[in-house]
Amino acid sequence: MSDTATRLRGKDLLGIAGLTAEEITLILDTAEAMKEVSARPIKKVPALRGKTVINLFYEPSTRTRTSFEVAEKRLSADTLSIAIASSSVVKGETLIDTALNLEAMNPDIVVMRHASSGACHLLARTCQAGIVNAGDGMHEHPTQALLDAFTIRERKGRLKGLKVAITGDLLHSRVFRSNAYLLTTMGAEVWACGPPTLMPAGIARLGVRPTTRVEEAVEGADAVMMLRIQLERMQGGFFPSLREYFQVFGMTPARVRLAKPDAIIMHPGPMNRGVEIESEVADGPASVILDQVANGVAVRMAVLYLLAGGSDDETAA
Amino acid sequence: MRLLLRGARVVDPASGVDGARDILVEGGRIADVGVSIAPGEAAATAVVELGPSLVVCPGLVDMHVHLREPGHEHKETVITGAAAAVAGGFTAVACMPNTSPVNDSASVTRFILKQAAEANLARVYPIGAVSKGSEGKELAEMADMRLAGCVAFSDDGRPVATALLMRRALEYAGMLGVPVIDHCEDRTLVGEGVMHEGLHASQLGLRGIPSAAEEVAVHRDIVLAGLTGGHAHIAHLSAAGSLGAVRAAKARGIRVTCEVTPHHFTLTDERLLAPLMYDTNLKMNPPLREASDRDALLEGIRDGTVDAIVTDHAPHHADDKSVEFDRAAFGIVGLETAVSLGLDRLVHSGLIGLGRFVELYSAGPARLLGVAGGRLGVGDPADITILAPDLPVTVSAAAFRSKSRNTPFDAWTLRGGVAATIVGGKPLYVNPDVVQVGGLGRA
Repeated sequence: MSDTATRLRGKDLLGIAGLTAEEITLILDTAEAMKEVSARPIKKVPALRGKTVINLFYEPSTRTRTSFEVAEKRLSADTLSIAIASSSVVKGETLIDTALNLEAMNPDIVVMRHASSGACHLLARTCQAGIVNAGDGMHEHPTQALLDAFTIRERKGRLKGLKVAITGDLLHSRVFRSNAYLLTTMGAEVWACGPPTLMPAGIARLGVRPTTRVEEAVEGADAVMMLRIQLERMQGGFFPSLREYFQVFGMTPARVRLAKPDAIIMHPGPMNRGVEIESEVADGPASVILDQVANGVAVRMAVLYLLAGGSDDETAA
Repeated sequence: MRLLLRGARVVDPASGVDGARDILVEGGRIADVGVSIAPGEAAATAVVELGPSLVVCPGLVDMHVHLREPGHEHKETVITGAAAAVAGGFTAVACMPNTSPVNDSASVTRFILKQAAEANLARVYPIGAVSKGSEGKELAEMADMRLAGCVAFSDDGRPVATALLMRRALEYAGMLGVPVIDHCEDRTLVGEGVMHEGLHASQLGLRGIPSAAEEVAVHRDIVLAGLTGGHAHIAHLSAAGSLGAVRAAKARGIRVTCEVTPHHFTLTDERLLAPLMYDTNLKMNPPLREASDRDALLEGIRDGTVDAIVTDHAPHHADDKSVEFDRAAFGIVGLETAVSLGLDRLVHSGLIGLGRFVELYSAGPARLLGVAGGRLGVGDPADITILAPDLPVTVSAAAFRSKSRNTPFDAWTLRGGVAATIVGGKPLYVNPDVVQVGGLGRA
């Protein structure tokens, strides 16, 4: 493989784990051009004109689904979204049957979110269409990691050699897995912090530095990323109370001061203010949380373009 | 009609035989075993010249299968399961009670035996439930089921729920002279786990089942076997820690035995990553564990800690497997791949000899269940398996006799297979790829 990739190797984007550093760089570089499109008065390019994109969401999502829909429309794709309530899932149709029915309509791309890890892999084996994983269970959320990397690179100019702290529910988080793969592939040093009950087995072998001391994770960090703590985890007995969680792991201004002076604060959303992050930090000058949302559109445009646009077409920008 | 099998290597560790012998079968029983037996009245004796490349051994016994009847006949029936057994070289199988209804009464036991008699293929030995409905509350009518033909008791599919129930089951089964077979897992540690807890579960984002879930239960059963003097048999042991516990308990004289499946001695959890990510035919309980566990199982197979190889044959319809990984059914079929996997991975690898192979696949399980077989002595039932240890075998799930196809070994090429299976003197399976046994088809 040459140093510069000009296309992605697969028809799908199922996870970061299968990508090379060159492919990741290609997506991020392409996203820079796409971001410029969103700044124009006419925010639309014809890159995916005549292409059909189906958004298949088996889990509720506002942010990710909206972001994909905006990205598709800005690329001029014909797009439609199927949410769980209006689909035949409630009638008990299997995922493979749903996939075959969609396939019969010959879409170019299917974007799917599903509660089961590996559901996108099942879909990719069944469909000719390119599959984009918009989050599968506790496995991966590749476009989130790409937009996080894009945001860090935009602010820091690079990924290599940076210290990135990720704190929260590491065990159940697909955002953590995708970020761990992406950032370590690109040469960043990733510190992973959370209660030991919420750390995946063998976490050190994922290439990250695990710690239960949030101060150690944050100290000297270039970027600090919180993960959402879900209330049901507390009920599952993973930790005693939200109050105690905030006391031990919550991101307070005092803890942020341990990071580099120009460190950025990130959160994939939706935030639990007062649980994993104090509002003063979330809304402070170092926060890039809304930049992440804006960059999500650009990154998703890049992914869709690279998978469905093809390298033969005129570039979008 | 007499049948004379000539010139093969006979491997019968229970009789201390390993060498070229002839075997004469008459009236469904072994009539003679000798270095050279004359056919006598030629017209009345079918003579099959097997030659030295084939191995004749006591019929293989699989003491852990799921035949699904009654209740789940779309997955397997006693007839199709018994047909898969003979095609896989097994002359006898013991079937677990987690049918619908559960085999927790003599009437269900008798129904299974009636179906088996109708099938008239492999011998079928029912295993009765420990508790009514396998619900883990009250003991089932074990003595009545024993009289009806049950050879052991188990709540397989679930662990024997509490230490108290296990204690009483061991005491009561001890009176009947049969083992309690326990599917060892602490359900609170299993949670909603779907694969082995470790690096690969973390990579795949699948909920893990720690080895400790099995080890905790194995330790419990060992303590209770020591307390009661009963015989605890650990089903489908998968973790290195469990194996070490069994080895140590045996050394202390505690009546504990264990079994291991071919998939656990062949595969590890890394397989879930490649070549096919999230392959639901790699989902079973207990799950495929790590290389260090697999190596420990191999050592236990070699050193005698493991008493039997079993398939845990668990047929499932494609509909139950062609779904998201965490929704898929647990279990794989094994009857028609177990011999080839054992010969390839245990014997040809140099780990064990054919004598130990026969001990694990035949003599060991027959002795544990207290059933006939496991030996080719004069007067024993003529349950005989003929192995072709060097036969190249390519697994074809589509050709299985089983109703179900849920195997991770489809299209695998292995060295060693079954040449023929003889039950009660009748050749019930003859492999068309082995020319030497062609004569059996006409016997």
